[in-house]
Amino acid sequence: MKPFTPEIDWNDTVISIRGLYKSFGANHVLRGVDLDLFKGENIVVLGRSGTGKSVLIKIIAGLLKPDAGTVNVLGQEVPELGTVELRELRLKLGFCFQNGALYDSMTVGENLEFPLKRNDPKMTADQRRRLVDIVLEAVGLSQTINQMPAELSGGQRKRIGIARTLILRPEIMLYDEPTAGLDPITCTEINTLINEVQKRFKTSSIIITHDLTCARATGDKIAVMKEGKFIRQGDFDTVFSDNSDELIREFYDYNFIQ
Amino acid sequence: MESNDQPEKPLISSKVDAFFLSVYDIFRFISRFFREVLRPPLEVQEFIRQCFMVGYKSLALISLTGFITGLVFTKQSRPSLAEFGATSWLPSLISIAVIRALAPLVTALICAGKVGSSIGAELASMKVTEQIDAMEVSAINPFKYLVVTRILACTVCLPLLMSYTALVGMMGSFLDIHLNEQTSITAFFNKAFANISFLDLASSLFKSICFGFTIGVVSCYQGFNASQGTTGVGKAANVAVVISMFLIFIEEIVIVQIVNSIR
Repeated sequence: MKPFTPEIDWNDTVISIRGLYKSFGANHVLRGVDLDLFKGENIVVLGRSGTGKSVLIKIIAGLLKPDAGTVNVLGQEVPELGTVELRELRLKLGFCFQNGALYDSMTVGENLEFPLKRNDPKMTADQRRRLVDIVLEAVGLSQTINQMPAELSGGQRKRIGIARTLILRPEIMLYDEPTAGLDPITCTEINTLINEVQKRFKTSSIIITHDLTCARATGDKIAVMKEGKFIRQGDFDTVFSDNSDELIREFYDYNFIQ
Repeated sequence: MESNDQPEKPLISSKVDAFFLSVYDIFRFISRFFREVLRPPLEVQEFIRQCFMVGYKSLALISLTGFITGLVFTKQSRPSLAEFGATSWLPSLISIAVIRALAPLVTALICAGKVGSSIGAELASMKVTEQIDAMEVSAINPFKYLVVTRILACTVCLPLLMSYTALVGMMGSFLDIHLNEQTSITAFFNKAFANISFLDLASSLFKSICFGFTIGVVSCYQGFNASQGTTGVGKAANVAVVISMFLIFIEEIVIVQIVNSIR
């Protein structure tokens, strides 16, 4: 369970998705997705591999174009935005990739400074360095500032990936499988970090995962995706109290029995 | 409302369609380069870093190859000219061969192998590890930062490297001639440049600019559009080299034909 009660503004929708469809050739990935993310809320999207969870957040970030439907993020229709408007919107979105997606040729410090240099050229080197120190401290990895990504563990790479998105002070965080491939202790640390980010930086988040421990620890709402659409949405206990659906039953059994 | 219920039927055949689509895609890629190249902010620092990678890092290989090319070409040409007692023409022969053809071609082929594969593999691995997407979502223009700077660096560095190769090749040739005929360096270069026209120099420079642009575009295109995980990285590097070399030979033939018609 979450260690704190988040401040959710139920009147302020930061992401609103209606009737979203996306296909890759004959492969229909999303088949009518509807979703609302409120300010300050963490939604966990659960589902089997290949059900379109990552595609969903890539569409939200404007990395993919939907075939049909509306994607409203912070009051703007993402598919209709031009390059400049999309870039401005992306400054308010933090996208944490599954493997961190750190720039291999840069040190951790340079990885964090890079988005600042590009997006705020007027910022001095000292100001950038201070911000880097703040976010590194927030993810608990201040000592890695001069290390190369190849020298970091999987968990550290994910933390630095989160730090790199936090440095632009986003309003919305999109996490793509933040605990995939990590040991249970590191998973717990990442879950704590996701909650810390929500609390300290007042972000709203969509968290894509297979991991029910992560879902229970970080999600204010769980949305279960099956065959390209959400079959159930609600808090953790509500979603898993009714195990009439085979997917939900198997998910629960696999995560908590195995 | 679902779209794409049925896979689209090919217009001619799937392979021919794919070929024309990729040609169209490459032209879009090139037109995007020209749109972005002068649009601020200019990525000067990254451009200089790429010039260092393309130019300076290729110097050792270029020096060795250029020097040996000049030396060996002179050694191989001497017996034929000696039959006619015309070894004094060696400097002219070598300079024409090196400046008109060998230096641009050797430099371009070496850069296609070394630089093209490196750019193709680097961008492809960035693509498959989502680093390019990470730039995109950090509101950074990856095309401008990664592609424009690399294409520009190749286009600027190739003529410089070509000039250097020509010089080193001539020095290799001079070494052989000096050891055999005891010709002084002044006499060698006087003879060497006696038959070189402005058109020769200009066409070589123009060729190198075209070759550099080709290597940059092909390797960036392959890397930037890589897929299929780690297999895609190797494929992008390989295809970047093969297509670059193929296009370099085609361009060489076309430019030689044009220059000869002007001469």
